Amino acid sequence: MKNRTVQVENLARVEGEVALFVKIKNEHVTEVQLKIFEPPRFFEAFLRGRKFSEVPDITARICGICPVAYQMSACHAVEDAFGVEIEEPIRALRRLLYCGEWIESHTLHVYLLHAPDFLGYEDAFGMAKDHPGVVQRGLRLKKAGNEIMALLGGREIHPINVRVGGFYKVPSKQEFTALAENLKWARDAALETVLWVAAFSFPQVERQYEFVALRHPHDYPFNQGRLVSDKGLDIAVREYDQEFVEEQVPHSNALHSVHRDRGPYLVGPQARYNLNFDRLSPLARDAARAAGLGTLCRNPFQSIIVRSVEILYACDEALRIIREIDMPEKPAADFEPRASTGYSCTEAPRGILYHYYRLDERGVILDAKIVPPTSQNQKTIEDDLRQLVQANLKMSKNQLQWQCEQAIRNYDPCISCATHFLKLHIENQ
Amino acid sequence: MTPAPAKLLIIGVGNSYRSDDGIGISVLHRLREQVPGEIRTLEATGEGTALMESWKDAAAVIMVDAVRSGAPPGTIHRLDAHAGQIPKRFFHYSTHAFGIAEAIELSRALGLLPRRLVVYGIEGKSFAAGVGLSTEVEQAGATVVALMVNESHTC
Repeated sequence: MKNRTVQVENLARVEGEVALFVKIKNEHVTEVQLKIFEPPRFFEAFLRGRKFSEVPDITARICGICPVAYQMSACHAVEDAFGVEIEEPIRALRRLLYCGEWIESHTLHVYLLHAPDFLGYEDAFGMAKDHPGVVQRGLRLKKAGNEIMALLGGREIHPINVRVGGFYKVPSKQEFTALAENLKWARDAALETVLWVAAFSFPQVERQYEFVALRHPHDYPFNQGRLVSDKGLDIAVREYDQEFVEEQVPHSNALHSVHRDRGPYLVGPQARYNLNFDRLSPLARDAARAAGLGTLCRNPFQSIIVRSVEILYACDEALRIIREIDMPEKPAADFEPRASTGYSCTEAPRGILYHYYRLDERGVILDAKIVPPTSQNQKTIEDDLRQLVQANLKMSKNQLQWQCEQAIRNYDPCISCATHFLKLHIENQ
Repeated sequence: MTPAPAKLLIIGVGNSYRSDDGIGISVLHRLREQVPGEIRTLEATGEGTALMESWKDAAAVIMVDAVRSGAPPGTIHRLDAHAGQIPKRFFHYSTHAFGIAEAIELSRALGLLPRRLVVYGIEGKSFAAGVGLSTEVEQAGATVVALMVNESHTC
C-alpha cells in the first residue's frame, strides 16, 4: 500500500454527523481530518438578549443526552456572576441529578454504542439477538439514571426543575428513599458491567495526552473544583480563556479547542479518572483494580472500562447522597441580578463543559460563550487516528476503517454539542 | 377490533428550539385537544431507550416526528414498523445516534415491539437553532393531526 485514502462518511454510533478523511502517501499518513458538516448552531447568539432565568432551559436543548450538564454549567456561571452561594443540601441534590445523567449517558454508550465493537457486532441489534439478557441489563441500568432525572429534574428528558440558585421544587425525603431500592440493584449491575467490559480484548495502545479535568478538595468532580492537568495546569475556572483558545479549522464546523502553549488535550472519563482516582468511592476503586486498571489509564480503548467504573461510582454516590441528605429549607437560594461576568465548568459525561456569560444589571445576557467537551477532544481524536492508521497500514481497508470508527467511539463524541452537530458515509478509494 | 384507548400511546418527538424539528411537539399539543383524555400522550426528544421504556406496556403506538429524507418540505410519510425496517436515514436530525429507528429495531430484536407501531414523519425544511415552523411544515402538521385522530380510532 503506497498511496491511499480512507474516507469514512456517516459515522455510526456516535452522536450527530461526522466524516473522517485520512490520506496516506508513501506509507505515511499525511492528513487526518475529522469533518463536521453541520452548520454551527448559533446558540450563543440565540442567548443574547435573553433573561438569565431562561438560560438553563435554553442551553439544555443543545443536547438531548446531556441536558443536565448544560443546566449545571449555566446555573453555576450565572451564580458566579451574581455572587450566589449554594449551600450544601442544594449542592448535594445537584450532584444527585448529575449522577442520574452520568448513569444514563454512560450506560447508553457502553451497552448500545461501544460494546458491539468489542464483541464483533455491527450494531446493538445483532448483539441483542445473541445476548438479550446483557442488553436488558443495560436498559434497566440506564433506567435507574432516568428515574433520578424524572424525580429531581421533573421529567426524564430536558429537566424542567432546575433554576439559577437551585430547584423549583424539592421532592420529599420519602420519594428519594423510594429511588434507593432500584439504585441498589443498579449498583450491583454496574459492578457486573465493569467486570463484563474488563474481559473484552483491547488493542495495546498507550497515548501521552494532557489530561484535563476538574479537581475538588474531597469529591470526585461534578460541579465544582479547580481545572487541573497532569502537566501542571492548576487554575480557577475563570482563568480558562487565558489558558485555552478556540481555533477555527476549514474542514470542520466545530471549533478546535487547544491549550495556548501545549496544544491538544483530553477531557472526559479518562481524564477525570486519571486525575481523581483517589476521590472515587472505595467500591469504585476496588472495582477498577479488579478490572485490571491502574490508577492511570492511557489506553483510549479502555475508556469503556473507565466509563463503567464511573457508572458504578455514580450509583454509589447517588445512594450515599440519598442516605445522608438533609432536606433543604427552601428549594433555591435568594439573589439579586447585577451587571457582571460569570464563568463555570462542570463535568458533563464527556468532559468539562465551559460556560461564560456577561450580563447587565437586569440579568439580561449580553454575551455568551460555550465550549463543549467534544470540541476540546477533537484534535486529540485526530491525533489518535493518525497514530492508529500509521501503525496499521497493512490492515485490510475494511478492518482499518472499522478500527478508526472504534477509535472515534472511544470518546463517545457528541457532535451535536460540538458544532454547537454529526453524519456517516464509508468510502474507500 | 374493540377500541382499547388505555393501551394506546401517542408520542410527539422533537425539539421546539430547532425550527421544524418542533413539528412533532406542535402536532402532539393539538392532538391532545382532540383525542379522549384517557389516551396517553407523551412529549419526547427521540432518545431511543426512553422511547422503548415508554411503549413497554402499550398495545399500540402512534408517533410523529420531523424527518429529512430528501423529499419536498411538508411531505408526509407513514411508516408501519411491522411492515419492515424503518429507514435510519429518515431520522438524521434527531440529535441521537440511538433514536427512533434504533429503538424500533432493538425492540424487534428483543421481542418487545408493540403489536402496532406507526410513525408519521413530516419532511422538515429548516432545522436551525431557533423557534417557529416553515409554512409547508405547519400545513402538513394540520393534516397529520387529522390522520392521527383517525388512526387512533382504529387502535
